[in-house]
Amino acid sequence: MTTYDIFFSILGVLCAASGLAAVTTRHLMHAALWLTVCLATLAGCYLVLGAELVALVQLLVYVGAIVVLVLFALMLTRAPIGRSHDHDTPLLQRAVALVIAGSAAVLLGAVLITGVRDGTVQVHGGSTNALARMLFTSWVWPFELLSLLLLIALVGALAMSRSLVPARATRRTGEDS
Amino acid sequence: MSTFGEVVLRSLCVLIAFLVLPLLVGQTEHKLMAHMQGRLGPMYAGGFHGWAQLVADGVKFTQKEDIVPLAADKPVFRLAPALGIVSYLLALAVIPFGPHLVAAGITGSLLWVLAVGAIGTVGTLMAGWSSGNKYALIGGLRSAAQLVSYEVPLILAAASFAMAAGSFSLVSIAHAWTPWWLLWQLPGAIVFLVAGTAELQRPPFDMPVADSELVMGPWTEYTGLRFALFLLAEYAGIVVVSLVLAVLYLGGWTGPFDHQIGPFWVLLKGFFFAVIILWMRMSWPRLREDQLQRVAWLGLVPLALLQIVLTAAGVVLTT
Repeated sequence: MTTYDIFFSILGVLCAASGLAAVTTRHLMHAALWLTVCLATLAGCYLVLGAELVALVQLLVYVGAIVVLVLFALMLTRAPIGRSHDHDTPLLQRAVALVIAGSAAVLLGAVLITGVRDGTVQVHGGSTNALARMLFTSWVWPFELLSLLLLIALVGALAMSRSLVPARATRRTGEDS
Repeated sequence: MSTFGEVVLRSLCVLIAFLVLPLLVGQTEHKLMAHMQGRLGPMYAGGFHGWAQLVADGVKFTQKEDIVPLAADKPVFRLAPALGIVSYLLALAVIPFGPHLVAAGITGSLLWVLAVGAIGTVGTLMAGWSSGNKYALIGGLRSAAQLVSYEVPLILAAASFAMAAGSFSLVSIAHAWTPWWLLWQLPGAIVFLVAGTAELQRPPFDMPVADSELVMGPWTEYTGLRFALFLLAEYAGIVVVSLVLAVLYLGGWTGPFDHQIGPFWVLLKGFFFAVIILWMRMSWPRLREDQLQRVAWLGLVPLALLQIVLTAAGVVLTT
């Protein structure tokens, strides 16, 4: 067992535990903060695995932008301090969610265990250079299409929010993204 | 055991720099602001021109009572100041003072600085929300809106420097630097300086802590040492932004006799940007919230995109 293994195990356990805490806590803002811990420790897992760029981008995009937006939205609408039962789900929904999550975990675990049955798998391509080369050669079109999709979503969201202003309600534009 | 000792030594150096440089910036601010406003500033603590004023302030802060409001979310409230400190401490660790003089030589150090800066943002939001105070909450909201907006031009400007050098490493970027960059990367440097100042919520971008309307924004309920930690994080932020900009735009340790006094050049260039950031505070009134957003989205983002096009054209034409 190397140092990397130990760090990976610690970060993995932290990640799973904080993810669990995020969905079980009754404090609304604590859920968002546990999600931050979860995403940050996931970045740590990437870092231990040698994918430096992915780890830092994960930190930059998820912790720096997405979680901040989630916190912003919560603070702007409703962020009570202490426990709140406004967002409790029915028992049936929880049971179904548990079953789905459990079966997804079993499926993923089975695929991984059968896939790498005989020991370790050598992975090439985690480094920044290799990733950049792949991104700008064979994957350049999917990458650009994805950014176009995001742009369409952005413009669509803008159009939707503008059309809800009463003065502009008659100018509702059709958007489908 | 020698590697372990080396790690401890490097961490200790970063910690000392982290504790000394912000005090230096703070004292410069005191004195500069005083002289620009035709007064003396602190003159008594320590004897010579009040050099120990900030040390005395620190001692004062440690003596104050540490109060956690009844309505606050206690664990989050207590944790929030630590995050800002940790983020700038981690950022300071990757700033090179020479070709080999860097505490943690990681290859993606520019991305690292931007990424760990995000942790401090979360700390500010936690402070604003967990105080259980409406002024703190409004301050936190303003912080979030401002930080998300200015993150975009900051990252675009940083991307321009990375493109020009062909690397994410601050050491490689400083190596790739030529005097030509002073003109070529000028719009990017301006965007980085302005967006960096806004990320630190320094005046004139201090709408989140606007003291005449929000008491002290997200830090309203903090007292004693925890409040001092927020202040330390703010000045450490100035140090980090200035030093990163010195490495990106002014070539870091490059200068006459850089084999002997390379670190001195980094500090001098960083100090130059720190003084500009302080000067901005003394010269401009606070921007209103809508003006803040206007500067970010209509001023800085187009300028940063223009810089990216300029950099790309330069890189394609010269290689």
